[in-house]
Amino acid sequence: MAAESDDREWRRFSPTQRALRALGVGLAVAAFVVSWRALDINYEYAATAPRETYDLLSRMYPPDLGYVTEILPPLIETIHISILGTAFAVLISLPIAFLAAENTSPNRATYYLGKFIVSFTRSVNVIIWALIFVVLFGSGALAGVLAIAVRSIGFTAKLIAEGIEEIDHGQVEAIRATGASPFQVLMYAIAPQIKPAFVGVSTYRWDINVRASTIIGFVGAGGIGVALTTSINSFAWDNVLTILIAILGVVVFSEVFSAYMRRKVR
Amino acid sequence: MLTVSDLHKTYETGDEALGGVSMEVSGNEIVAIVGPSGAGKSTLIRCINRLTEPTAGEVWLDDTEITGLDTAELRKARRDMGMIFQEFNLVERLTVMENVLSGRLGYTSNWKALRRKFAGEDVQRAYEILDRVGLGGYDNSRADELSGGQRQRVGIARAVIQRPKILLVDEPTSSLDPETSRSVMELLTDIATDDDIPVLINIHEIDLAIDYADRIVGLSDGEIVFEGPPEALDEEGRDVIYRGGESRVGRAAPDETTDSLTTEKRE
Amino acid sequence: MSLEEQTSTEYGSWERPSAFYNKYIKWVIYGLIVVFVVWSMWDIRISFARFVAGIDAAVDLVQNMVPPELTPRKRELLVEGLVESINMSIVATVIGILISLPVGFLAAENLMPSSVYYASRGVISISRSFHELIVAIVAVKAVGFGPLAGVIALSFKTIGFFGKLLAEELEDIDSGQLDAIRAVGGSRFQVLLYGVLPQVLPRIVGLSIYRWDINIRHSTVVGIVGAGGIGVTLLNSFQKYDYDFSLTIILAIVAIVLVGEAVSAIVRRRVQ
Ligand SMILES: Nc1ncnc2c1ncn2[C@@H]1O[C@H](COP(=O)(O)OP(=O)(O)OP(=O)(O)O)[C@@H](O)[C@H]1O
Ligand SMILES: [Mg+2]
Repeated sequence: MAAESDDREWRRFSPTQRALRALGVGLAVAAFVVSWRALDINYEYAATAPRETYDLLSRMYPPDLGYVTEILPPLIETIHISILGTAFAVLISLPIAFLAAENTSPNRATYYLGKFIVSFTRSVNVIIWALIFVVLFGSGALAGVLAIAVRSIGFTAKLIAEGIEEIDHGQVEAIRATGASPFQVLMYAIAPQIKPAFVGVSTYRWDINVRASTIIGFVGAGGIGVALTTSINSFAWDNVLTILIAILGVVVFSEVFSAYMRRKVR
Repeated sequence: MLTVSDLHKTYETGDEALGGVSMEVSGNEIVAIVGPSGAGKSTLIRCINRLTEPTAGEVWLDDTEITGLDTAELRKARRDMGMIFQEFNLVERLTVMENVLSGRLGYTSNWKALRRKFAGEDVQRAYEILDRVGLGGYDNSRADELSGGQRQRVGIARAVIQRPKILLVDEPTSSLDPETSRSVMELLTDIATDDDIPVLINIHEIDLAIDYADRIVGLSDGEIVFEGPPEALDEEGRDVIYRGGESRVGRAAPDETTDSLTTEKRE
Repeated sequence: MSLEEQTSTEYGSWERPSAFYNKYIKWVIYGLIVVFVVWSMWDIRISFARFVAGIDAAVDLVQNMVPPELTPRKRELLVEGLVESINMSIVATVIGILISLPVGFLAAENLMPSSVYYASRGVISISRSFHELIVAIVAVKAVGFGPLAGVIALSFKTIGFFGKLLAEELEDIDSGQLDAIRAVGGSRFQVLLYGVLPQVLPRIVGLSIYRWDINIRHSTVVGIVGAGGIGVTLLNSFQKYDYDFSLTIILAIVAIVLVGEAVSAIVRRRVQ
């Protein structure tokens, strides 16, 4: 054992590797220094940051529990946004997934179209989608739902497409050979095979979307984010802590629920 | 009775897999198709129920010309042909019962199929057939929990519940160990006698073919080069099937020769 | 219906076993999901008319956005914002990782006493649970508008991500090598240095680059709550109805994100 690690140490410190590692560390340090200086941060602010933060925390505590009844409606709206956004995303991404899967895409052009939709929707952050949809639909939960839906399409379509690409064609043929109708083939041979990917992706994405729907309110797209902005702008820090705790609760619940669903459907 | 006449298949790649095959299968006989890898055995079986579209020739099942049917009619005709696969092709994530009952899909409406509501008679028969293939009590297991031999029995049950007029079997034993292979072959011969249907079966292991078949058809390069009872399949017959009629004299160990020929074919 | 039910019990019936104990619970769960979706629709009042109005507005917006605009003055703003974002991502990655190294070690169950373990896990969970923009908005209130708030937010998020993965990595290490160092009489620190670090170093490098990639993405949006970077520029353009410029910025962000992703993928492949 000891001999083996000696051996490794020896190789680890060979001259070229040593140079490369030094170079890597040097680059990282240089990048850090250059970036830090370029940011032109006011050192007075930086120096007072810990005190300000402590001050903030002490004003937050204790949380205003009476505020809970007031944030319940926006909290529920947040969950609604996440569920609807995920549901729309999954519905829209099914056809896109068939385009973006190599074995079901009608031709090369549709395949690349599918791939393009997947990577474009993924590269634009949900808050930017929310900005756009607030312009289109006015502020409110609808904009939030659409932002979440569009942002999620890339992710869900990509993973469902991977599920489709893994379908075992033999199972499909066997069902077809019994004289089953195309719909029955879909229900008995294809659906069972993509169901785990489907359930897994939707619940996993929902979990992510719960988090996302807590912030789209910052640009007016509904949910608890609106209440959070209001509380922060009016310096009601005890309410802020209440909201943060509520968000924590919802996030933890969604994580546990989605993990449970994924375990159930293998 | 199944009648195949002058069946041709050329794949899009240009491979001519069948070059005019004609044969008849009837009564409750077991017909074994043997031949080297790439001879066109699978292609022949799959052209009969048109999982693979033949390029020319005719297939008749009793009074129906399978090759002349449109899609809807073909679906009806497929209900009369049970198919069993080398890789079992069970729907892995469904239960054994659903896999067996899927053999009745051709007789079940889409809406009932969606709700898993099969006719009471079908369910009753599914239980009986599961008992018959030795899988009583496994109805609620998932297909992917079973062993290879058990899966193939489910595959057989799925074909049998169709009440087919013929069983098409593509290398049922290639994924199984020798002992399980024999029990599967016995099951298939029993079914032929009990249900009084013919069985057309592709098989690699020539010993199994000789032991269980009533008639042997030798296929080589897409053409029938031997046909007769198992007793007639002597050295010379094997030579014709596996080595294109060349004598073994002056060649290395027979097994090696077969292997090298097989490799050549594949290329 | 009833007739059919009768015949099926007469001839034998079969019911599909369910993953959820029995079919009633299964239907209750599915029913709940459906009820919730319908309730959501109703609560948010999605109506066809609003959709149509939105589509009209979309046509307008697209007409306003195309072609993307780039005057010299705006190019300056764009470059300034992008550079600030990238700088923020670099600084936050370095600071975040420096802090998460000890946090990760303290959160490794096999190396730490359980009280330390739970405390560190708590820090990690809190960091992971809050969206980067929530952290950013609080940071803005604590230290004011500007990139410092962004750096703090991104560093804080990095701690949760990096600390967790590092801790998991440490929990998987080969304990035989630890014993070897202990056996020759190494101190706790020496055990870390010689027994643990070499085992996890390649992963640390890979994860750092991966996290940097994520931080680039986040650094482009924290500005929307005032925490510096290109996000500030984007929000301004929206508020001034300068949609041509908005499109330019969004396309630039997409480009930066894709480049960051590609670079990180290449570097990670090299390192591992
Ligand atoms: N889908 C296909 N596309 C193109 N060529 C094919 C296809 N399927 C089979 N072939 C070709 O047709 C010929 C016959 O193949 P087939 O699978 O029928 O042989 P086989 O006798 O069943 O062989 P094996 O014993 O290996 O199963 C081979 O040359 C094969 O390469
Ligand atoms: Mg074959």
